[in-house]
Amino acid sequence: MSKIVVALVAGIIFGLGLCVSEMINPTRVIGFLDVFGRWDATLLLVMAAAVTIAGIGFPLVARRAKPILVDKFVVPEKTDIDLRLITGSVLFGVGWGLAGLCPGPAIAALASMSPSILMFVVAMIVGQWLASRFEG
Amino acid sequence: MSEANVIGGLSGGAMIGLASVLLLLLIGRITGISGILGGVVNWNATKDLPWRVAFIVGLILGAILYRLFWGPLPLQLQARGVMLVVAGLLVGVGTRVGSGCTSGHGVCGIARRSTRSVSATLTFMGVAMLTVYITRHAIA
Repeated sequence: MSKIVVALVAGIIFGLGLCVSEMINPTRVIGFLDVFGRWDATLLLVMAAAVTIAGIGFPLVARRAKPILVDKFVVPEKTDIDLRLITGSVLFGVGWGLAGLCPGPAIAALASMSPSILMFVVAMIVGQWLASRFEG
Repeated sequence: MSEANVIGGLSGGAMIGLASVLLLLLIGRITGISGILGGVVNWNATKDLPWRVAFIVGLILGAILYRLFWGPLPLQLQARGVMLVVAGLLVGVGTRVGSGCTSGHGVCGIARRSTRSVSATLTFMGVAMLTVYITRHAIA
């Protein structure tokens, strides 16, 4: 139960952060990606602040033998830069550039009740599902 | 150059970082949203469905709270119709195949000093910039 409350609260803080930073807005995101147009540095500030906080917090957390509420940390252990990683990132990059939406902002933006956002999120879920079908 | 949302960007970014630290400290998980969603999409493959659903509900709830207490959501869509569906499919397939998105690779991975995540982030960011260049300037 406490795990659920923690995840819910972390989700709320994250969602609020996306709204306050306006990263929920595809126009801001495209403004950052449009380096040859009217460039908008907001996304860079958001990432800098987030990476700074996490970059300080994560090593402090890592000193602990285990998390507070569960028995072990579950963190990605892969270190190789393989074709899968790059191929996936290229496909994601094209989609992100076309719409200015990535998974977090798209899900948070469901709060707008916009049918277009819902359509994007459904397509994203279908995409994840399709890709998982071809996994070994 | 468009005016950057400096205060909002820094404070919103700090909130995103804080949420990620809390999730790791308390339940030992990395805040990668495509991965959290992926575990729900393939619910057979994972036993830890509840916290994932709770986080996703929280994301939406955060935006609802913003609407209730701050003002309208800053949301101006750029793509429409078929383009939005194609983009959604690509984001879904790409984040699955590439094991992460802007939060998992871009924020948490870089904060963990993972060269894998730095490579992924430089790749999707570079490709997204190129995509915007082609759709905004080369074609238009």
